[in-house]
Amino acid sequence: MSAMALAWEQFRFERKLFWRNPSAAFFNFLLPLLLLVLIATAFASEADELEVLIPGVAGMGVLATTFTALAFNLTILRDEGVLKRIRGTPIPAGAYLAGIIGSATLNACLQVTLVVVIGNLLYGVDWPHDPLMLAGFTLLGVVCFASLGVAFAQAIPNEDAAPAYTNAIFLPLIFISGVFYSADDLPQALKTIAEALPLKHLIDGLSEAIVGGGGDAATAAVVVAAWAAAGLFLAVRFFRWE
Amino acid sequence: MPSAAIEVRDLRKAYGPVEAVRGLSFEVERGEVYGLLGPNGAGKTTTVEILEGYRRRSAGDVRVLGHDPAERDRDLQQRVGIVLQSCGFYPRVTVREAVEHFSKAYERPRDPTETIHLVGLTEKADARAKDLSGGQRRRLDLALALVGDPELVFLDEPTTGFDPAARRTAWGVVRTLKELGKTVLLTTHYLDEAQELADRVAIVKEGRIVAEGPPDQLGPGSSRYRVSYLSGGSRVEHQTDDPTELLHRLTRDAIARDERLEGLEVTRPTLEEVYLELTAEADST
Repeated sequence: MSAMALAWEQFRFERKLFWRNPSAAFFNFLLPLLLLVLIATAFASEADELEVLIPGVAGMGVLATTFTALAFNLTILRDEGVLKRIRGTPIPAGAYLAGIIGSATLNACLQVTLVVVIGNLLYGVDWPHDPLMLAGFTLLGVVCFASLGVAFAQAIPNEDAAPAYTNAIFLPLIFISGVFYSADDLPQALKTIAEALPLKHLIDGLSEAIVGGGGDAATAAVVVAAWAAAGLFLAVRFFRWE
Repeated sequence: MPSAAIEVRDLRKAYGPVEAVRGLSFEVERGEVYGLLGPNGAGKTTTVEILEGYRRRSAGDVRVLGHDPAERDRDLQQRVGIVLQSCGFYPRVTVREAVEHFSKAYERPRDPTETIHLVGLTEKADARAKDLSGGQRRRLDLALALVGDPELVFLDEPTTGFDPAARRTAWGVVRTLKELGKTVLLTTHYLDEAQELADRVAIVKEGRIVAEGPPDQLGPGSSRYRVSYLSGGSRVEHQTDDPTELLHRLTRDAIARDERLEGLEVTRPTLEEVYLELTAEADST
C-alpha cells in the first residue's frame, strides 16, 4: 500500500475506535454541544449574546477535538507502547500521524457544523455570513491546535498526568478567550494574555465568518497561522515515540 | 546475499557514562534460532533494540539481513517482525481487526485468519484486546509480528509472566517458525526456554558475551562430565573430560573390592549450572 492508502486505513481504524470509547467521545465531542445548549437556553436569550456564544463554542470545539484530544491520546499511546510498536512496522510515521490527525480534523469539522446548525435551528441565529471564510478559519484552527496538541503531548510526562496537563491549558484558555462571553469585558491583564494566544483570534475569525460585523479577520488569521507554524515546528522537532 | 541473517561486531552502546553493551560480537545464521540469555540489565534488550532500529549504537558494526538497521529502511522493516518486551495495545480493538489492520502495512502479508490460527487465538478472534488474558495478549503481539510474514523475528522475552501452559504454546509457535525456515533472535532469562528453543545460545553478562554455543555443549572450562556415586553414605564426585577411562577405573576397583557403586551417575552440567557458574564468575571480578 502507498503511504496515502495507509494514512486512509489508519484514519478508518481511528474512526472505528473513536466511537468504541463512549466516555472519551462524550468529553471530546458532546460536552461542548451540551454546554452550548445549556448556556444558550439558560442565559443567552438575546441575539447579541448568542452571536458571541455560537462562534465561541465553535472555537472551543476545535480546541477540544484537536488540541486536547491529541495531546491526551498521544500521551497514552506513547506511554502504553503503541507508538513504539507502530515504529517497528513499515507504516510510515507520516501516514500514521496523518490518520490520527485526520480523525481529529473530522471531529472538529463536525463540531463546528453542529454548533452552527444548532445555533440556527434552535436559537434562530442566521446562517453563516461567509461560509468560505468559516471553512478557512476552521481549517486554520485545526492545523494550529492539532500541531500544538501533538507538540504538547511531548511535554506531558506520563499518561496519569495527561488529564491535569490538558485541563491546565484548556480551562483557563476558554475562560479568557471569550467562549461564553465577550472577551472585551475582561480585565486588561487577562485580555493581554488572551491576545497573545491563538484561541481568542480563532474565535474572532469564526465570529467574522458566522456573524460578520467588520472585525479584523486578517489579524486573526495571521496570529493563528503564526501559532500553527510554531506548533508544527515543535511537534516535528520534539516528537517522541517512547 | 550475505550468508548470516544478523552480524554484530564489537557492538557498544553507552548511555551517558554507563556502558550497557561493551563489545558484543555474534552472528545468527539464516534459519537459526539464536538465544541471548542473561540476567536483567545484562544488555540484551539494548542489543536487540539496536538490531530492531530503535536505538543507535555508540560503536561497532551491525548488519540485519544485509541492512544497517539504524537507517530504518522500509525494505528491512517489511522483512522483520518484532515482539517487544512489554507493549500495550488499543484496548477496544478485536484480535481480528488488529491483525487485519497491521497486515495492510506489508507488501506480502500472511493471511490474517491463518496468522491468528498460527498463534492459537482462533477462538478469541472476535474478543477485544482488553478482554484477553496476559498470555493471550502476548500471542496477539506475536500475531502482529508475524502477519507481515517476516524472514527474521525478534522475540524479546516472549514468555515473561506466562503460566506454564501458555509458555508451552508460545514455545510451539517458535518451533513452528523454525520449521517455516524463519530466523529467530530470542532474548530470555529463562534457562529452560533457551535450552528448549535455541540452536545456539550466548550468555550475556554486563554487556559482554561470556559463553556461546549450542545449549547442550556449553560448558565452563574442562569439567564437562561429572561422575558421582555413594560411598559410606556420602556422595563422591569426580569431574573429567573423558568419562570412559574414569568409569573403567572406578568400576574395576569396585569389583575388586566386591562393592556396588550405589547411585552411580554420569552427568553433563546443565545450562543452568553453566549459567550460574559463568555469571557468578563475572560477579566476583
